[in-house]
Amino acid sequence: MSMKEIIKVNNLITVFDERIVHDGLNLGIHEGEIYGLLGPSGCGKTTLLREMVMLQNFNSGSIHLLGHDIQNIRSANAQELRRQWGVLFQAGALFSSLSIKDNIALPLKEYTDLSQSMIDEIIKFKINLVGLKLSDANLFPSQISGGMKKKAGLARALAMDPKLLFLDEPTSGLDPISAREFDSLILQLRDMLGLTIVMVSHDLQSIYDTLDKVAIIDNKKIAYEGTLDGISTSSSDFVKTFFKEKI
Amino acid sequence: MNQSTLTITNLTDELTLSFSGELTLYDIAKHQKEFDTLRILSKSATLDLNNLVFIDTAAAIFINRLQDRLNSKNINTNLLTNEKKIVDTLTLAKKYLKDDEKLLEPVNRSLIGNFGKIFHGYYIGSLSFLEFLGRLFVIFIYYAKNIKNIRVPEISFEINESAIKALGIVSLTSFLIGVVVAYQSAYQLKIYGANIFIVDMLGISIFRELAPLITAIVIAGRSGSAFTAQIGAMKITQELDAMQTMGFDPYLFLVMPRIIALMIAMPILIFVSDIMGVFGGMLVAHIDLGITTELFLSRFNEVVAAKHFFIGISKGPFFAFLIASIGIYRGLKVKDDTQSIGLNTTKSVVESIFAVIVCDAIFSILFTTLGI
Repeated sequence: MSMKEIIKVNNLITVFDERIVHDGLNLGIHEGEIYGLLGPSGCGKTTLLREMVMLQNFNSGSIHLLGHDIQNIRSANAQELRRQWGVLFQAGALFSSLSIKDNIALPLKEYTDLSQSMIDEIIKFKINLVGLKLSDANLFPSQISGGMKKKAGLARALAMDPKLLFLDEPTSGLDPISAREFDSLILQLRDMLGLTIVMVSHDLQSIYDTLDKVAIIDNKKIAYEGTLDGISTSSSDFVKTFFKEKI
Repeated sequence: MNQSTLTITNLTDELTLSFSGELTLYDIAKHQKEFDTLRILSKSATLDLNNLVFIDTAAAIFINRLQDRLNSKNINTNLLTNEKKIVDTLTLAKKYLKDDEKLLEPVNRSLIGNFGKIFHGYYIGSLSFLEFLGRLFVIFIYYAKNIKNIRVPEISFEINESAIKALGIVSLTSFLIGVVVAYQSAYQLKIYGANIFIVDMLGISIFRELAPLITAIVIAGRSGSAFTAQIGAMKITQELDAMQTMGFDPYLFLVMPRIIALMIAMPILIFVSDIMGVFGGMLVAHIDLGITTELFLSRFNEVVAAKHFFIGISKGPFFAFLIASIGIYRGLKVKDDTQSIGLNTTKSVVESIFAVIVCDAIFSILFTTLGI
């Protein structure tokens, strides 16, 4: 692929207490890709995602993100990096003390000197973009459903127009219709904004509809990395059972 | 509930165990006992399941085990059943329960090992508290570098939440403590006719010790625990993670404003507590000892030096720092389960009250040595 490699994971090793989670993991994610991390539960997909966004340390190896080595990064560069990505957590992780509107507005208020009216415009746009209603904008996270929290979380992740989007199980807990809407939204965003998207997912439909490339983590290593078409070449047990019907 | 029955025919050439009815996990223990008391005479056995209507998986395991035990005693067994469902259940039980598998027992440590683990836990705990203080210090430097870095709206919000809203309870508690102390000492003082000395006693004890301590204890119970629970809940809902990925350092946004707010507000609360405590004492002095307000106040002016007041007030920021930092540290220590919030809130209150009292003792020694 001609696109630039923007995430590079090299020989990553993660150990929790006495349990080895990753044992020499390698993968590369290119610009403009929708990249999926798959694998059986407990294989360390979410851990890998958390390591990429600097929420968790790893024991050895390296992760390069947009050209920075995140293990040895200056705090100013790290701060710079954090403005270039958006992260959607599994349950949304909206700030419970702020309304949906203020959740989306927070990064805009902190990092830019936009006028209040401009910020309001941006909020309206993002709320419509993710498929929420404008009438919900003043509700608090405790007052809305799980699916709405996810959409609001996505709107917040997109607030700063990031280049890179990390999604942790974006469609889990959504009803099938919302899940498919979410998938098409993600495809649209990639095409319109040129986003690179890294997601952890278990939703087969969403995997087939959206992903360009997948990495399958099984037995602490990458069992397969590449397009979905070539997945039948993998010898992983997980692949055999998970993709059984389609292969 | 439908039950199963076991009919045993124990002959010298053939043992027949015939089950009938619905064999479920409620009956297994009963049948096991019947089987255990059996003295087997023959070298061949028949398990007759033809009359069974239903078998559950626990009972299937029981039947399989029964067969294994008979086999291990060199008895030939013969299983009779026509029902396909029962055969399927028996096969299912065999498939998912192999003999050579063992449940992994948790590692049992020796006594010394356990002690080691506990002390290692304390060691790691104190290291992580030091790490927390270190990060506070770094943020403090960051604040000091540029006055714009100080987050005034958050600080004022927290002053309102954790101090202004606590004024009522602090006042009431201090008033009652003033009443109680005055009432108890009035009785003693009356015996010696030393009524007027109640002013000296109240003034010094309330200003120097009681007001700061009472305020600190109320605030530890009220605001310190709230800090732990708030931040702990934010940790469980991943709000802290979200903040970090968005580049908002929780220490800057959550931790420091709370600590500073409490450090600003505590002296004010102690001041209010001083007023209410002395007021309570004055009321009792008037009613019980017949010391008029004018007399009380003029005596107060003569004997209670201003230094006592300032000593009490100056303890405020120190107590506030201890309460806020322990409360927040405990909040950050909350793990990803609900038990953890309760445990850490308890610890937060206990530890901060203890720390306040230790700090007060150090102050006492210090001031006495210095002759203040």
